[in-house]
Amino acid sequence: MAWLIALLQTLLFIALAPLLAGWLKCCKCRLQNRRAPSLLQPYRDLRKLSHKQPVVARQASWIFTITPYIVFSATVLAASVVPLIAVDLPTAAIADVIVMVGFFALARFFQALAGMDIGTAFGGMGSSREMTIASLAEPAMLMAIFTLAMSASTTNLSVAIDHVLAGGFVLRPSYVFALLGLMLVAIAETGRIPVDNPATHLELTMIHEAMILEYSGRHLALIEWASQIKLMLYGVLIANIFFPWGIAETYSLEALGSGLLAITGKLALLAVLLALSETLLAKMRLFRVQEFLGFAYLLSLLGMLSHIILEVID
Amino acid sequence: MDIAQTSFYHQAILTLAALVVLASFVMLGQGRLLRIVFVLALQGALLALATALAAFSTDNPHFYISSAITMVLKVILIPIMLRRLVIRMNIHREVEELTNRTSILLGGASLVIFSYYVMLPIVHTSHMVTLNAIAVSLAVVLLGMLMMISHRNAVAHVAGFMSIENGLFFAAIVSTSGMPMVVELGIAFDVLVAAVLFGVFFFHIHSSIDSLDVDRLNRLNEVEK
Repeated sequence: MAWLIALLQTLLFIALAPLLAGWLKCCKCRLQNRRAPSLLQPYRDLRKLSHKQPVVARQASWIFTITPYIVFSATVLAASVVPLIAVDLPTAAIADVIVMVGFFALARFFQALAGMDIGTAFGGMGSSREMTIASLAEPAMLMAIFTLAMSASTTNLSVAIDHVLAGGFVLRPSYVFALLGLMLVAIAETGRIPVDNPATHLELTMIHEAMILEYSGRHLALIEWASQIKLMLYGVLIANIFFPWGIAETYSLEALGSGLLAITGKLALLAVLLALSETLLAKMRLFRVQEFLGFAYLLSLLGMLSHIILEVID
Repeated sequence: MDIAQTSFYHQAILTLAALVVLASFVMLGQGRLLRIVFVLALQGALLALATALAAFSTDNPHFYISSAITMVLKVILIPIMLRRLVIRMNIHREVEELTNRTSILLGGASLVIFSYYVMLPIVHTSHMVTLNAIAVSLAVVLLGMLMMISHRNAVAHVAGFMSIENGLFFAAIVSTSGMPMVVELGIAFDVLVAAVLFGVFFFHIHSSIDSLDVDRLNRLNEVEK
């Protein structure tokens, strides 16, 4: 039963990710006084892409063709670790949050390799930029996670969420900082404004798009889908760690249903926030990203320090 | 004991303490003068809020008075004065080049750790919950000093000085049940007078070297070299 729910939850993750992307686009269009495409447009795009024949360059090695599958499966595996509608699932016990970061690193590693594989100038440029940003974002993310792990005394996400739920509403300074730091990291890692613009194909500014420029057909569909899942994953992490109320603690039908409703509401709200910040902010220069992520690291570090300094009372 | 067992007011005061340090860090890394002044006002507001909460939770009604004084002086009067000075001297569009911002911020983080290390024996002497924040208030003092070292503009120095005062005030709030009213009024008056004097000095510096960059003061010599 538990395994079935875990499987169902992962499938739900995969199925709902394009919907979140569609909702985000819808919010952004409204804020920019444009008519929004249908919420189902990302699904249509994915279907269209998966019907098309992929065009692969003649010099491409096996790394190029295998990368979309690795990226997609690594992201799905990472998604299976994160509690979406219920806690205490068997998949959460297998891997902790550091393994999840490891899955992301694996996907990124292969994506960067594939970007350089074809030998175009854009691919290499995108890979180098992506790795630069990743090397700065990862410490900040791990620091935020360690803050959480120290206060819950575990790196297992499910147990940590249980800990937050059991404590009731507690105003913890360390969580405030970890939340802010994780939000900044999420923006950088999922390639949103102000770090990267997902909608642009302008050579000088693109990061993620530059790496996947050579992909087409079902390969592109898989990579796009994986990045939508990644966006949703960060949203779920932020929503469920810091505001876990509503998540199902038993496997009864109504608990699962209310869990689904709660996470949908939380994600919709987070997407509105993200759309607002994307509309208000301009994309920053690439060399200022270092300062942005330095600030994210500082926030996470302050979170950890304030846990040690302020929250341990004897 | 964990923070979860304390009352909500204590949690709120500790969170405000953390936010006061964050405000210090934001000032430390900020190159625009008007934003520094704004964050200084924000820090004052956080302080006033923490004081009011402390007044409510520890049942010390005279904290309300210090909270009101903080609100009037540090949130409204002094920031408005600094802001008008910056605009009148027409330096509000300048962005100060901070050399090596990341290492300054990380140095600030190590100052926080240092003040925790120094204050740990004091924290162990009492069971007062808010006493934990005394390391934070020492950190705010040290960060204000670091700000005076790392920034070159005189207005930023004044902001650093004011945040040092904020740190001392916060230490008094969290570790004692309030200073005598005479002392408190005296300090408040001193700060106000200091702000006025700083304004006069700004004009003198500005008229003699045509800038508020204190590095240029090194070049003032009686004889041309």
